[in-house]
Amino acid sequence: MTLYDIIFYLFALITIGSAMLVVTTKNIVHAAFALLLTFFGVAGIYVLLAADFLAIVQIMVYVGGILVLIIFGVMLTNKITSVEIKTGTLNVLTASIVIGVFMGLVVSIMVWTGWYSMPAPIPATTAYGLGETLISDYALIFELLAMLLLIALVGAASIARREKESL
Amino acid sequence: MSIMEIVVITLIKIVAILSVFLLSVAYSVYFERKIASWAQNRVGPNRVGWNGLLQPFADVFKLLLKEDIVPEASNKPLHTLAPFIALLVAFSTYAVIPFGPEVELFGYKINLVVADVNIGILYVLAFTSIAVYGITFAGWSSGSKYSLLGGIRSSAQMISYEVSMGFSVGGVILLAESLSPVKIVEAQHGWMWNAIIQPIGFITFLVSSFAETNRLPFDLPEAEPELVGGYHTEYSSMKFAGFFLAEYANMIISSALITTLYLGGWQNPLVDIFHIQGGWAVAMQVGAFMIKIALLLFFFIWVRWSLPRFRYDQLMNLGWKVMFPLALLNIIWVAVLIMVFKI
Amino acid sequence: MLMLTEFGKVFIFILLGAIFVTIAIIAAKLVSPNRPTHEKLLTYECGENPVGSPWVKFNIRFYVVALIFLIFDVEVVLLFPWALVYKGFGIFGFLTGIIFLVILGLGMAYEWRKGDLEWARPHPIPPELDKVLSKKE
Repeated sequence: MTLYDIIFYLFALITIGSAMLVVTTKNIVHAAFALLLTFFGVAGIYVLLAADFLAIVQIMVYVGGILVLIIFGVMLTNKITSVEIKTGTLNVLTASIVIGVFMGLVVSIMVWTGWYSMPAPIPATTAYGLGETLISDYALIFELLAMLLLIALVGAASIARREKESL
Repeated sequence: MSIMEIVVITLIKIVAILSVFLLSVAYSVYFERKIASWAQNRVGPNRVGWNGLLQPFADVFKLLLKEDIVPEASNKPLHTLAPFIALLVAFSTYAVIPFGPEVELFGYKINLVVADVNIGILYVLAFTSIAVYGITFAGWSSGSKYSLLGGIRSSAQMISYEVSMGFSVGGVILLAESLSPVKIVEAQHGWMWNAIIQPIGFITFLVSSFAETNRLPFDLPEAEPELVGGYHTEYSSMKFAGFFLAEYANMIISSALITTLYLGGWQNPLVDIFHIQGGWAVAMQVGAFMIKIALLLFFFIWVRWSLPRFRYDQLMNLGWKVMFPLALLNIIWVAVLIMVFKI
Repeated sequence: MLMLTEFGKVFIFILLGAIFVTIAIIAAKLVSPNRPTHEKLLTYECGENPVGSPWVKFNIRFYVVALIFLIFDVEVVLLFPWALVYKGFGIFGFLTGIIFLVILGLGMAYEWRKGDLEWARPHPIPPELDKVLSKKE
């Protein structure tokens, strides 16, 4: 077991452990904190896979943006902190059957697939390649992305505005 | 170089940087109190040591020996974690900021930076966005109205200015064609400082850093007339010291970042003018870096003791309606500049 | 491997920072006195006993700001790869970027026009001097 493996399993442990905490904890802000750790663990695994730009984007967008939004949402919902939120266990049998089948599927794919690996040069940074493809091959996609974000912005803002009027 | 040598050199660099950094954080508190007293025509700290020079240590030991009060209404795990996050995030950013050129020491080529990460600038931005959590969790977990209001205000303020900060950095990347702080400093050779080429970006970044560090005139999260102590109302002892030190650490980090991105980092034009070489050149370059940081630090403190606090709507207007369009304008300006002059 | 060792150095740096902060907090726990009383552990509220829930309701605008921020954050992230390779693409790269920025600006203009960026302003009623004077007489 090399140092690389040890660090990989460390990050994997952080990710899975905190993800477990997210779904099991009763306190919703604790869940948000555990989610922070989960995103971190995933970012660490991205770094180990030499996807440096993706790792930073993971932290900037998920940790810096989406989680802030989630926490704001949690805090906005008044009294959510004083009420004990109990998510009861329902439909245990159905759920375990579905999960069991799905788990078996994933594990069987994992075991029976022949995994080939070949050495590939690690790029200095993936950001250059990304920029080049964004401008040349995917220039239209790049602009459409901007349009998509514009639509998301307008939509999100108008939904939030209507809620405000009804309050 | 063998892997062992790299590890040892890195460890030495990290320990050296952490200790210098901690010392400068402690002394920036002293620096601030002295400048405040000077601005208000007072004497300032002058009892502990010569001219009060040992005051920072006395303060730290005092806070260390104080009782740690965790209110009954608070959420204990998060209450302890919040100052931890704040302080750790403040430290971590320093790993990628270069404080000097590559030097040869005892036959080793040593880069005067802990880690020359290829996407260092994004790393800094990412960690700045994590800094929100220390304050938000502190505000939420304290179980106090003042803390909660301070925490919410602060997170909204920080994310608002983060956008203009990101766009300002865009202009720097356009010119340097790199995300590595080392390359960005090298691109600003001589007088090609980004502050001169793109003054608008410099100003938007500077103002955004003030907002990100929660310094006056942007210190609404801890506005004492209305919120007592803001997000750290319920903190005492070493945990309070954690937030206190994090504020000054963030100030030094911001100064270092502004220096790196806009004021040429360790570049010292005098070295080229007088053709200085060898050890003296390196000393002058590292010295230039420190002087630039000290001047910016002085500016931070000077502004705090000169300007009144903004109202919250003024703060948000400045962030979204002034800084954001200016930062966009800056990117277009740099893009046009590159088109026309082919720099 | 070079890339990974640079990130490895950052990892060591963060680890050492974490150890330092932990030591500081544990040291404070060991040397500081600990004599809690009920009065001492009350939430601070200007000397009075705290009233009501500490988790007060706040303005929905904070949420709207976070929403707007999220969108622009993604746009910043998309803009960085463009800025990185901009010099090599000449006029084409310029146009790509400008169109992107204009679409961005449109979103901003919409928010501005619709008043999503407005915050509640204070409406102070300044006391009028002659009224105050006439009351006194």
